[in-house]
Amino acid sequence: MVSTTDTTHSGDHDADTQDHVASDHIDDHHHHEAPYGISRWLLTTNHKDIGTLYLWFAFIMFLVGGAMAMVIRAELFQPGLQIVEPNFFNQMTTVHGLIMVFGAVMPAFTGLANWMIPLMIGAPDMALPRMNNWSFWILPFAFLILLSSLFMEGGGPAFGWTFYAPLSTTYSSDSTALFVFSVHIMGISSIMGAINVIVTIFNMRAPGMTYMKMPLFVWTWLITAFLLIAVMPVLAAAVTMVLTDKFFGTSFFDAAGGGDPVLFQHIFWFFGHPEVYIMILPAFGIISQIVPTFSRKKLFGYASMVYATGAIALLSFIVWGHHMFTTGMPVEYEIFFMFATMLVSVPTGVKVFNWVATMWRGSISFEIPMMFAIAFIVLFTIGGLSGLMLAIVPADFQYHDTYFVVAHFHYVLVTGAIFSIMAAVYYWLPKWTGKMFDITLAKWHFWCSLVSVNVLFFPMHFVGLAGMPRRIPDYALQFADFNKWISVGGFAFGLSQLIFLALIIKACRHQGESVSSQVWDGAEGLEWEIPSPAPYHTFETPPIVR
Amino acid sequence: MAEEEYQKYYVPAQSVWPIVGAVALFLIAVGAGNFIIESTRDKDGYGAYTLIAGLGLLLVMIVGWFKNQIDESMSGLYSAQLGRSYRQGMAWFIFSEVMFFAAFFGALFYARTISVPWLGGASNNAMTNEVLWPTFEAVWPLLTTPGGDTSTQMGWFGLPLANTIILLISSVTLHYAHTSLETDKRNSVKICLGLTILLGVIFLGLQGYEYIHAYDIGLTLDSGVYGNTFFLLTGFHGLHVTLGTVILMVLFFRVVWGHFTPKEHFAFQAGAWYWHFVDVVWVMLFFFVYIL
Ligand code: HEM
Ligand SMILES: [Cu+2]
Repeated sequence: MVSTTDTTHSGDHDADTQDHVASDHIDDHHHHEAPYGISRWLLTTNHKDIGTLYLWFAFIMFLVGGAMAMVIRAELFQPGLQIVEPNFFNQMTTVHGLIMVFGAVMPAFTGLANWMIPLMIGAPDMALPRMNNWSFWILPFAFLILLSSLFMEGGGPAFGWTFYAPLSTTYSSDSTALFVFSVHIMGISSIMGAINVIVTIFNMRAPGMTYMKMPLFVWTWLITAFLLIAVMPVLAAAVTMVLTDKFFGTSFFDAAGGGDPVLFQHIFWFFGHPEVYIMILPAFGIISQIVPTFSRKKLFGYASMVYATGAIALLSFIVWGHHMFTTGMPVEYEIFFMFATMLVSVPTGVKVFNWVATMWRGSISFEIPMMFAIAFIVLFTIGGLSGLMLAIVPADFQYHDTYFVVAHFHYVLVTGAIFSIMAAVYYWLPKWTGKMFDITLAKWHFWCSLVSVNVLFFPMHFVGLAGMPRRIPDYALQFADFNKWISVGGFAFGLSQLIFLALIIKACRHQGESVSSQVWDGAEGLEWEIPSPAPYHTFETPPIVR
Repeated sequence: MAEEEYQKYYVPAQSVWPIVGAVALFLIAVGAGNFIIESTRDKDGYGAYTLIAGLGLLLVMIVGWFKNQIDESMSGLYSAQLGRSYRQGMAWFIFSEVMFFAAFFGALFYARTISVPWLGGASNNAMTNEVLWPTFEAVWPLLTTPGGDTSTQMGWFGLPLANTIILLISSVTLHYAHTSLETDKRNSVKICLGLTILLGVIFLGLQGYEYIHAYDIGLTLDSGVYGNTFFLLTGFHGLHVTLGTVILMVLFFRVVWGHFTPKEHFAFQAGAWYWHFVDVVWVMLFFFVYIL
């Protein structure tokens, strides 16, 4: 789609023959090489370093949140209370959700944005490099606070990641104050990260990189960043009101003072629904990069992809009520939210159609990123379809707060967002390290994950439809067989991620075969025209995009 | 060729301020959290000290970071492109602030048009009223809550009106300060900017006085959703005015020190935008919290 010079896409993986292509964009004064030691990471303003930090942080949080999921699945392996106290079980589900959303998925996407957006638009770095460092380094502190609140008197947050009032106000432990402030810090981090992304894209594109030439990963992140700036402050307001309700006697969510617990749900989901798109739009971008590469075709319907992303973002502001069908709303509102929600599936359908159309008659090769991308397309669609079922008001009366909802959002989040992140890591890892990762391990990782994730989440649809409620440490006997298999799938999926960890550690030690600058036969875009591994500073003079 | 016009984009090498700021935010969060728990639950602890340490460190970080920034700007490291980055960054930051206030305004509208009327039996909630809150009558401002707490209304005439006029004038004086800077009339910049700061300080003084008055007449933070929205909206606004005034003071000293040129004065622009934004929020407040 874009090219700085005539590149011959020969596709041999063994030679650095194409590196001369980009050498005029690399600064010759190599005196500011990567600094060494711990201060490199603490003080860095380099988008690649910060991207790496984000990605490692996200991965560690993924493992921590995953460990909590193992506790949950161990408890649910058999009916009856087995291993943990109900209150601790609730803390596990709550903190698992918070960590996966704010600690794993969002930072991983921000890490990818940091690494790739400057490379994809030909910018020397992010627009505001010091603030970039700040946005990252406050995150570990936020999660330190959240995790340590688990050890406080009365325990940590136990009210679900959605912290509905009055669970989070009247009935929560005092450590809620720390939960509130840690969410504030997460919000500050996201907002600063998003401002950086938007400004970088608006202001740092190389000459000739017009908006409609931007890679889709850049486009989807631009729109995601807008969503973040629009809704993270609303989350901040929600936690603030929880804080004052709990500690200072306000009654925003208390009917005795003229407030309403349902108000909490409105504010939360006004944030929450755009938030779920924050976690999927960058994934759409990633898939839209990978599918054309391995189909050796241009992306089908580039412009419609851009518009569909915009449409999804706009619609995401008017569908929040679909989380509240059963909490009490006038019926006109229920119907409005139902149809608005169903409308979302139109642009989403456009995207799925375009990916499939891109593959149609392409000369497809099934390399690891492509395998994850194809798994994404199939499994994310399953999540989208169960979402459509949930959007139907009378059906949702039945499904709400059951394992069916758990199945739905894990299909869109695990086989959606997380699979896309894995696809992205496999796709760009050779560019980051200069070496091809261990393909055998990667295949093991893919197949183990793919099988186990479906053993884990698919039966949840059935136990949910049969009426098993979510967020309860015990269940009726008739759900026992299914839950056993779900737990087995869960443990297997957890173990499979250790393969990924091993692979990444190997890659970070720069083991493996050297790759060319293009890495993948068929890869196009500026990031494939700089050498592999990407030098510490790139595009200090912008390339000209024709 | 575009390459000849290209000015190098300044990417600072390394910086210690962000990590200092991260530690500061950490201390503030831990301190504030514990302080709130300790003070509302009558416990002993180190919350207050941690909070103060965090705020102190944040101050150090702000001073250090800004000094860095100002030094770089004065030594001509900044390109026009970098200036645009700063301006856009500031604009988006203000947008995030708009959304923060929007959530509280949303809560206010919800209370007025939905939760209070419904508690009084509107829509299909006759039984809610009958069974749960039989004596409750839905009126706004909500001076008697369903639970039976009572408070007093804060009128719009008098102090709030005076404060509105003060802030509106301050926006005008700041605008003149800005245009004077653009035409390089530096004395007039100082006078107009000084006036703006003075008006800001007067506003804050009157606001403090009004809070005392409110508590005297029985309108408190915990007196039902009327008091809640009143204090949180005006309180967060007051915090922003305080911050804005500090920013303007820094700008004032920078003008005195001879910083800024008629063409390049990002910091001044950002401060002015911020102030105007805070003014607009007040006008909204005046309408929706006081008058209507
Ligand atoms: C076609 C698109 C989608 C539709 C129609 C849809 C619809 C819904 C509905 C109606 C619910 C509420 C179910 C209930 O609680 O009774 C729900 C829950 C949820 N959805 Fe979706 N959804 C869609 C896509 C997504 C995506 C892309 C994500 C995230 C990447 C997502 C994440 C979630 C989450 C996390 C919840 C559960 C929230 C909670 O209660 O904790 N959804 N969805
Ligand atoms: Cu939703």
